[in-house]
Amino acid sequence: MSRLSLIQAVNQALDHAMSARPEIVLLGEDIGKDGGVFRATDGLIEKFGEARVVDTPLSESGIIGTAIGMAAYGLRPVAEIQFMGFLYGAMEQLLSHAARLRSRTRGRYTCPLVVRTPYGGGIHAPELHSESTEAFFVHTPGLKVVVPSTPAEAKGLLLSAIQDPDPVIFLEPAKIYRAIKEDVPEGEYIIPLGKARIVAEGGDVSLITWGAMLHPTLEAAAQMAEKGVWAEVIDLRTLSPLDTDTLIESVRKTGRAIIVHEAARTCGLGGEIAALLCERALLSLEAPILRVTGYDTPVPLPKNEPYYFPDCKDILEAIETVVQF
Amino acid sequence: MPQKKRQHFSVSWRQVLNEQGEIDSEQLSDRQQFTEKTLKNFYESMVLIRAIDEKALNLQRTGRIGTYASIQGQEAIQAGAAAALRPSDWFFPAFRATGLSVLRGTSIKTIYQYWSGDERGSVVPEDINDFPVSIPVGTHIPHAVGAAWAAKYKKDPIAVLTTFGDGATSKGDFHEGLNFAGVFKLPVAFVCQNNQWAISVPLSRQTASATIAQKAIAYGFEGIQVDGNDVLAVYLAVKEALEKARRGEGPTLIECLSYRLNDHTTADDASRYRTEEEVAAWRKKDPVLRLKTHIEKYFAWSPSDENALREEVDRRIAEAVTAFETAAPLNPLDMFDTLFENLSPELLRQRNTLENRLKENSTD
Repeated sequence: MSRLSLIQAVNQALDHAMSARPEIVLLGEDIGKDGGVFRATDGLIEKFGEARVVDTPLSESGIIGTAIGMAAYGLRPVAEIQFMGFLYGAMEQLLSHAARLRSRTRGRYTCPLVVRTPYGGGIHAPELHSESTEAFFVHTPGLKVVVPSTPAEAKGLLLSAIQDPDPVIFLEPAKIYRAIKEDVPEGEYIIPLGKARIVAEGGDVSLITWGAMLHPTLEAAAQMAEKGVWAEVIDLRTLSPLDTDTLIESVRKTGRAIIVHEAARTCGLGGEIAALLCERALLSLEAPILRVTGYDTPVPLPKNEPYYFPDCKDILEAIETVVQF
Repeated sequence: MPQKKRQHFSVSWRQVLNEQGEIDSEQLSDRQQFTEKTLKNFYESMVLIRAIDEKALNLQRTGRIGTYASIQGQEAIQAGAAAALRPSDWFFPAFRATGLSVLRGTSIKTIYQYWSGDERGSVVPEDINDFPVSIPVGTHIPHAVGAAWAAKYKKDPIAVLTTFGDGATSKGDFHEGLNFAGVFKLPVAFVCQNNQWAISVPLSRQTASATIAQKAIAYGFEGIQVDGNDVLAVYLAVKEALEKARRGEGPTLIECLSYRLNDHTTADDASRYRTEEEVAAWRKKDPVLRLKTHIEKYFAWSPSDENALREEVDRRIAEAVTAFETAAPLNPLDMFDTLFENLSPELLRQRNTLENRLKENSTD
């Protein structure tokens, strides 16, 4: 057990996985000598060599497209895309090929590919470096989407993603790459995909969130606890497939649900979760389901960024609203 | 002051069997002489894949398969490339490579299934290292490069071949794929079936380059242009490229200059955008007739030989059509069963919904 930041935990997970399986190959821009723009792959080229930690040409579709061919051939590529906004150059490869390879060939070929990319804002970065468009991928049949929220979660979920026989989009919350440290188990540490985590138990309202937004959500829950309102905080961990049973069970208990995400509101995952809860837990509901989200605008540049993202205050207001409804 | 030249580049052109059906022996080394048997094999392959194509058009007209993309005019490329490949090599086709897929070992029945809208038509047999067709243009090129990269990583002594049209060379994935192949010196051969039309848009709207072959130069490897209606030129060029790849000497781009004799697909009407005269001029260069002229003149290929071949081809195709039409119905639940290795509870719920609907339908 050592105290690691989220980025260090990602590095440890990659190191551990690569030591065990020679078919794991890392592809990406600046991931070799530079160790990645966030240093996720720091030291790995020295340990595993440049055949396994490959600085590729600056070409997102090339990275994902060749990784699909590698995966079909029998390797286990783990691709790094520098920022989620740059993943759009590889959308056709992901949506039209990676997601469909197993089903269109009826299992003759598979695509065990992991695409790691930092997502979300809060790092004062230039345009298109703060995207949170996970819903694109959740909407695509054939892909899995995973978002860790703490260092230990990052390690356990990334090792699961690398073991998974299907393509996984692994979204790392850039805002908290270094903001928190916690004890991370050494060696093999697996958190199964598709299972949400109840971070705080409570009976008054279910707060459903993921990634960096977990932290203001926990803060809001703690403040409400002082007022005697007990929130259940659920960290989804895996956005696709969604752990629907955990969500429904929680809302049956609390009767109230708030979904918190930094992505834009319309057609964000909050809408899907609200619809699911209406379909399957309507009679348990005692208040409207609320969404605390980013606005339906492009994520602003750093000067306007603070006004875009939901914060603890927004979450507190939403809790007050549903509790008093 | 006169400018100094930084680099000189050239693109070679290769034709072995000319439009009159004569072999230019100066183009062949002593080791490359083609035997009567080899030439007849090429001819038989080309007759077979044209007949498969004609039958597909017929099946479409009679409503037994859906939209189909004809390969007519491009048989020399597909028969030549197929003969150059080894079974252990990998092949990544675009959607106009039916002939090549069949000659690699995918069954004719599978081809008809694919174009009839049955996903089983994308299931390549386990013992053949081929991908199913790629519908999005050019985006399969990086897959071929990735497979070649994996083969190099695993030190497998194989090569990879991918085919695509002239339209694909306008796509970013063509550039990205060739660029990676050049940078990492990967064992892959890129075969462009330049049929000069991307649906209604002519080659001149795809590129201002004099050839497609020369694009390879910018990626740091050799590009050559061959007569795509000459099965011998294609065979030799692809064979040499694959051998070079297996020796670890990197990729090659082979532009096969040919012509799409039919509409883009059965849903297209090419008379809207190109002239009868243009098509007629290319019909005279028909790759199948060209080789027939040669074997008639030099190997006494007779009408009875031709009839025997046609009968055998017709028998194989009739057998395939019967197998296609009598195949067990596709199981609708298949759409769930191979989406992931393990289905999530929500997918299982949706699968149950469909399963129950099927049961209701069968008892209605």
